[in-house]
Amino acid sequence: MIPVLLISIPLVTGLVGFFLKEGATARGWALLSSLITLAVAIAGVFFYPRHQLNFDAAWLPDLGSRLTLQMDGMGKMLCLLTAISFPVIFIATYKNNYKNPGSFYALMLLSQAGLTGVFTAGDALLFYFFWELALIPVYFLCSLWGGEKRIAVTFKFFIYTFIGSLLMLTGILYVYFHTPDHSFSMQSFYHTQLEPGKASLAFWLFFLAFAIKMPVFPFHTWQPDTYEQSPTAVTMVLSGIMVKMGVFAVIRWLLPVFPDASTSFADIIIILSVIGMLYASLIAIRQDDIKRLIAYSSIAHIGLMSAAIFTHNATGLEGVMVQMFNHGINVIGLWIVADTIEQQLGTRKFSELGGLAQKAPALAILLVVMALANIALPLTNAFVGEFLMFNGLFQYNLWMAAIAGISVILAAAYTLNMVQKILYGSTTAVTANAGDLRPNVQWILVLLALLVIVLGIYPQPLIDLAKDTVAAVLGK
Amino acid sequence: MNAIIVSGLLGVIMMFSGIVLKNRSAITNLAAIGLLLLLIANILGTYGICTISINTHNMLRFEKFGMFFNSIAFAATLLYVLLSGRDLERTGVNTGEYYALIFFVLCGVSILSSFNGLLMLFLGIEILSIPLYILTGADKRNLRSNEASLKYFLMGSFSTGIMLMGITLIYGATGYFDLGHSPVVPSTGEQRATFLEVAGILLLFASMCFKVSAAPFHFWTPDVYDGAPSVFTSFMATVVKASGFIAFVRLFDRHGNELGPGPTWSLLLGFVIIATLLVGNITAVFQQSVKRMLAYSSIAQAGFMLFALYGNNDLAKEGILLYSVAYCLATIGIFAILIRMNDYTFDGFNGLAKTQPVLAITNTVFLLSLAGIPLTAGFFAKYYMLASAVKAGASLWLVIVAVIFAAVSVYYYFRVIQAMYFKDGDPATAPIGTGFKAMLILMAALIILFGIFPSMVLGAFYF
Repeated sequence: MIPVLLISIPLVTGLVGFFLKEGATARGWALLSSLITLAVAIAGVFFYPRHQLNFDAAWLPDLGSRLTLQMDGMGKMLCLLTAISFPVIFIATYKNNYKNPGSFYALMLLSQAGLTGVFTAGDALLFYFFWELALIPVYFLCSLWGGEKRIAVTFKFFIYTFIGSLLMLTGILYVYFHTPDHSFSMQSFYHTQLEPGKASLAFWLFFLAFAIKMPVFPFHTWQPDTYEQSPTAVTMVLSGIMVKMGVFAVIRWLLPVFPDASTSFADIIIILSVIGMLYASLIAIRQDDIKRLIAYSSIAHIGLMSAAIFTHNATGLEGVMVQMFNHGINVIGLWIVADTIEQQLGTRKFSELGGLAQKAPALAILLVVMALANIALPLTNAFVGEFLMFNGLFQYNLWMAAIAGISVILAAAYTLNMVQKILYGSTTAVTANAGDLRPNVQWILVLLALLVIVLGIYPQPLIDLAKDTVAAVLGK
Repeated sequence: MNAIIVSGLLGVIMMFSGIVLKNRSAITNLAAIGLLLLLIANILGTYGICTISINTHNMLRFEKFGMFFNSIAFAATLLYVLLSGRDLERTGVNTGEYYALIFFVLCGVSILSSFNGLLMLFLGIEILSIPLYILTGADKRNLRSNEASLKYFLMGSFSTGIMLMGITLIYGATGYFDLGHSPVVPSTGEQRATFLEVAGILLLFASMCFKVSAAPFHFWTPDVYDGAPSVFTSFMATVVKASGFIAFVRLFDRHGNELGPGPTWSLLLGFVIIATLLVGNITAVFQQSVKRMLAYSSIAQAGFMLFALYGNNDLAKEGILLYSVAYCLATIGIFAILIRMNDYTFDGFNGLAKTQPVLAITNTVFLLSLAGIPLTAGFFAKYYMLASAVKAGASLWLVIVAVIFAAVSVYYYFRVIQAMYFKDGDPATAPIGTGFKAMLILMAALIILFGIFPSMVLGAFYF
């Protein structure tokens, strides 16, 4: 029952949210809903026995599709990430004012329902449903509340991902007709034997959808613009959770369904990912906008994940899963800082910022913690994930690991550069009268910083969660 | 048989209703009641209760598939009259006659869904088409309407001629007014069509393509749909088009291999499908008028419906029924809203979400359904079409091309959504009543319901 609750709570509260007119009511309602979801998620992940985490009901009998929801280790981890992120986002942006607040928060909750659905679906058709459902609310959120160029940018994002998902649908259909029992269930998909040539085509149909979502170079062009133009609360959802859909889907629906094809194309994909890491890191160094810098840095981090997935070894895969969770926490922390600065000072340009450390010491400390996590310094949570991933990549191919390693240095360069330009130096006209963090933002950032450090010192719970999925994926 | 007789009778009744009823809305109400009766008569007929039976000497064959489609068509027309009846009254003075013609069209629809042999097919097509020529020109003082009517009439007659030619050739070659009677080759025991029969089938195929506006026989569609009064465009683009497909599917059900050995048939269909998708989608992208965009979009949707012919299996038959439901609901809804707009361009929709939120949200559901987004009936409609093709062993590349065009269609459908929600404006609309809104909400709810449980439609088909 747990996954059903995790999906239906935000779904129902979201639909109710459309009828709330008052800003404060809508905000309170969304926060309440997300906190309840968080409580359910924590209870489900840590306290409930395994059979409570699965759900199965008839849906479309003549098509061979069932309403199957399940939470394995990876599912638990990502559901937990989703459940933590939404209250964090709502609290951190509590003071932001939106026009039509009711619709804004309603759409946010609907996207939460869609995301949780993606992470728990155990049926390919259901997975496709949620995959699209997570996209539609985000489309409206970005187009209605985004920046100046929002309509064109979001449209590009939508069409890009829609083409990907339609291709995936073709792939799903193809595999479906080759399953032994004509069923969309995950197990039938895992047990399907395809002839090699056709399997490669179907593999690419799936992979394109996931590659666009992650995004992997060269399918990333929608991403910086969309992150920049979206309202920051939505950007947090996009980069904190939504990109994980792509990584998650590769592990859940690509590797086990096409084991041979994913081995034979591993080289191409790892090379693309490594190119993407370096390319995005180099571009990030040249950025003058906080949001765009974080966007490119995010591409680099995702590139490492996608490379590590295709190494096909346990170390790499464990690293990817741990990092999915950690990257979500870290990047949301960075976005909160970016949002605070933008809301307070009205600019995101480094050239107009400087000397904030004198004016806002709390912000300075917390930003530095988040920045260090972004570089994956030891004792921060990201270190564990990146270490495991590089280890996996190293086992796969020394040269790939070496080249990808350059991006760590570059990450330090652009992140520290950002910290320096925002916090240090002399104050500018914009930052002269800046105040410190609001209490709600401050406490949320403290919470995230604690998570960063605690999971950096003691990552074992996350690694344990990842174990059963890794074994299942590689065991096939 | 019920449907054919009752619709014909109702047509005659409506024709003379103008003499008794002076009030136009009374005529609309009468038509709505008539449609309800027709629907009930057909449903009763489907389950074998109160059936009028006349010996048609095997010229007509009543089977579940066709009878169920009749129900869909009649229900769609009922929704259409309830939604747009008031607008129909405003088209001209001859309200009773318009409804009479609509009932005659429905009579043609019922023949097309039950024909057994080429002669009845021809009769059905003609009974369906001739009232449409008149309805297209209903706006008598409008030159564009006149032009559209004449164009439709000329092109339509021409295609009818081609169809007759095809039927003649088939009859001449085989001695039957039906497909599937090719002579048997003694050495192999297989049926093999002669040259004359192949030529006849090709002519028949071309004329059916014309009727469902498949490329390269689509040229009449945009002009006619654009020129006809919008109320009648709505009817033509939905019920009439879907019934064309039902006839098409029934005609080539398990046939097509007569054309020649191997992949000739699928190659021909594949070409027509891709051409139709290409023309419909790419041209729709460049339109400035929503009405004209919908005309091209109906060509694009026809491209998807053609997959039912390609698949030619159970999934295809179920799929075309579901497609008819999804497509009719969405398109009737969009046209009903469009008719109430003063400005038919995309910019005319700017800011509709602020002034008429109910219209905007229901219109969004309709457009999402046409685009084939999950949770709407349109998704499963497209799904069934593609699945039937994959099941029939279609090349994956054909399916990939089709889904890429589906992504193109998002571009022009979403332009309307963008105009309604993301742009500012003060769109002028005709007065909108509560009943109208309630109907739209009902239709949107149906689309979402069928989008989650498509078996609700298909279950009725099997029941």
